Amino acid sequence: MKVELRDPNKIMKLSRLGSFHQSKLSFLRSFLNEFKEWEYKKDLFNLNKNGFGEAVYSFKKNKRVYSLVCFANEIKDEERSDRVIATKWDAAFTLHDGVPTKKDIERLKNEVPKQEVGRLSYKELTLSRANKSVRIYNHVVESLSKGQQPDLNLLSKVGYLYRTTAVYGSGKFGLADRFRIKNREEINGPFRLEMMLVYLVRQFTFDQVNHVAYHKNPKIAVKLDDNICKNLGIGNSTGLGMAPFIVNHPTLLNNWILSREKALKKIREIKNVESQDSYLFINCVKKSLRNITSWNTDSEYQQKKISSLLKDVENFLNFIKKEFNFEIEYPFNKIYQWLEDNTCEECIEYIVSIMMEPYNNIVNPLVREMSSDEEEFFNIPAHRKVEELRNIIEVKYPNILDINFEKKENNKNFWFISKNKEEPRLADRFEEHGSELEQPLAIARDIKKLYHKLLVSKNSLTIAEFLISNSELRHVVRRAFIVEKFPYSEIQDNTIGKDLMPIDMLRLKLSFFGALKFDPRSDKWLRICMFQGAPLPNELKNYDEQWVYKTNI
Amino acid sequence: MKSLSEIETTAKRASKAAGYSWGVSEETGKCIRFLELFSLPGIKHLNEYFNEKNKIEFENLNLINQNNSSSNKPYCPITLGVSFLDQINVLENLKKIEFKNVAYPIIFISFLSRSSEIIGKKIYVKIDEKKIFLNLNVNIISNFIDQVYPKIANTIEVNILENKDNFTDDEWNNLYKLSEETFVEESESLKKGAAGAGLTDND
Repeated sequence: MKVELRDPNKIMKLSRLGSFHQSKLSFLRSFLNEFKEWEYKKDLFNLNKNGFGEAVYSFKKNKRVYSLVCFANEIKDEERSDRVIATKWDAAFTLHDGVPTKKDIERLKNEVPKQEVGRLSYKELTLSRANKSVRIYNHVVESLSKGQQPDLNLLSKVGYLYRTTAVYGSGKFGLADRFRIKNREEINGPFRLEMMLVYLVRQFTFDQVNHVAYHKNPKIAVKLDDNICKNLGIGNSTGLGMAPFIVNHPTLLNNWILSREKALKKIREIKNVESQDSYLFINCVKKSLRNITSWNTDSEYQQKKISSLLKDVENFLNFIKKEFNFEIEYPFNKIYQWLEDNTCEECIEYIVSIMMEPYNNIVNPLVREMSSDEEEFFNIPAHRKVEELRNIIEVKYPNILDINFEKKENNKNFWFISKNKEEPRLADRFEEHGSELEQPLAIARDIKKLYHKLLVSKNSLTIAEFLISNSELRHVVRRAFIVEKFPYSEIQDNTIGKDLMPIDMLRLKLSFFGALKFDPRSDKWLRICMFQGAPLPNELKNYDEQWVYKTNI
Repeated sequence: MKSLSEIETTAKRASKAAGYSWGVSEETGKCIRFLELFSLPGIKHLNEYFNEKNKIEFENLNLINQNNSSSNKPYCPITLGVSFLDQINVLENLKKIEFKNVAYPIIFISFLSRSSEIIGKKIYVKIDEKKIFLNLNVNIISNFIDQVYPKIANTIEVNILENKDNFTDDEWNNLYKLSEETFVEESESLKKGAAGAGLTDND
């Protein structure tokens, strides 16, 4: 039986993309899989009794070494802020290519804590900073220093000791450009070095908290239990900075979604499912209920989504138990059809993610298809004709063409870059100034403008001729030719309408990172947790691949 | 040191601020990135060009012919470059194209370099007395590496080269003969077992 890939006009809607969940394809899971055989080491741990100083951690294989250089700093409570406008953080980090010399560490000590106003070199690959979750951190230090393990109920409410507020890579602030390292086999997957940084930062937070507790009371202090460490992740606060990324990298976005869609298609096409595979799948769904029930958020929007997710997953398990037999042909196809008919988008995508769990043979080759050489698709095929471009738009953007941008509600917002922090922001064009400096992220509106121009242009005109008098539409002409080849490269929705939920865009990207427990703090930023339940570095050589569904706190 | 990613982003944004559309600014960012990658003064010349653009007017050439001569205002290298890039499939047939009075020709060169990649042919350019080879956007070779790049080119001659060998048949044959010394003569029995042997090809 041949199953079609899902329709981009359905899947690339923001509400659907904002319902995506982590899966085996997610970058933090594929990172662990790739680096499990590497040698992990704590190379330097030079902190004072209060936990301030430097530390270096590394992953090594053959002659290749990646080193996380950490700087823990003392800051006042009033200086601690998760906002991107902050200038001081509890700790700052960079991933160095190779073994840093003393001279490198001295140089980095001056630059890394400054973050955006510091300068890195081509020897550094990623950059980040993080703040303590003070309440949790202090509680853990206090407990350990008294010889006790911390209160698991309290830990479960947060899930981490530190949260990062940005992770930069690919040439930002002088960091190495991607092209310098792109041919390295071990990082043939998006954001792998960003994932490595976050993973090693997680270990630093455990080592630091143990160190501070020990120095507080050397005679009695105990170490944080490994099982508790394992169930703690690293938090992250994410704002609008992430949203334009998925618009500005269309072929990359396509490759992420296409990999997910190909995986689903292949799983639906399995005629007979082995009993151990159906068992693994069902077991993961059951165990994952804990991820839903321990998902805390004050956001009403997310609470509603969690509540319908929980209800639907329970219904699904009930359906599987009472009405379903895995011995039928094409069982996953039947399951998918049942999900479409009976559950919400959040649940459909949740179960789709879990369907991948038994199938390394399907998923692992797809992980290697998730990067993109974007330069290759940048040039506009200007020899092609107006008629062809118009046809592409009619076929690829049918719902976009139905949006009436004359209506104020469909044209309400504009994206801009803030002068203060050079970060993307969203504002109401009818209430705020600056819409004349709008970023080219209103793709739906501009595609529609392009379409109207094409309607009144001669079919036989070449795109080169068309562009002579329509230069302002060049950016969307490029995109239309990209979407012709890459069906999942475009969000098929309005990114400037009044009903836009920008966190849907963030959630899409974060689900591919492998984030859990999305906690929207407004419609424009959210907190997440990464690596919660993941093996510790010294357990990597032999770990449970389904760790993500087995958190205990 | 600035990364190429920073260079591309800043050049793109500056081009938009200088009055170009987002799409054209994306092209400019890409071209300046290539110039800097090839150790050519992209940022310097773009900066100087935008400074001058505030003071004097430049001419936009949208439709390129075999011979293109601006009035008294020099051609804008960005508009000229984008036009060349878009029209390369037609211009390829002209073989030789000439431009008189072009501002900041090094910026224009980066668009020619990308055009060379699109058609898969090398391009030989003469900017007045200076010579440049554009090799499919893989590299740029010139005979004025340490000299100052001009702000105005009186004449730019663009020659689109047909794909042909860069050496004589004799040179090739001599080298090929030498390479044959790494081959081993096959025995009759080995020949009989090689792919296709013993089968009819008319099946």
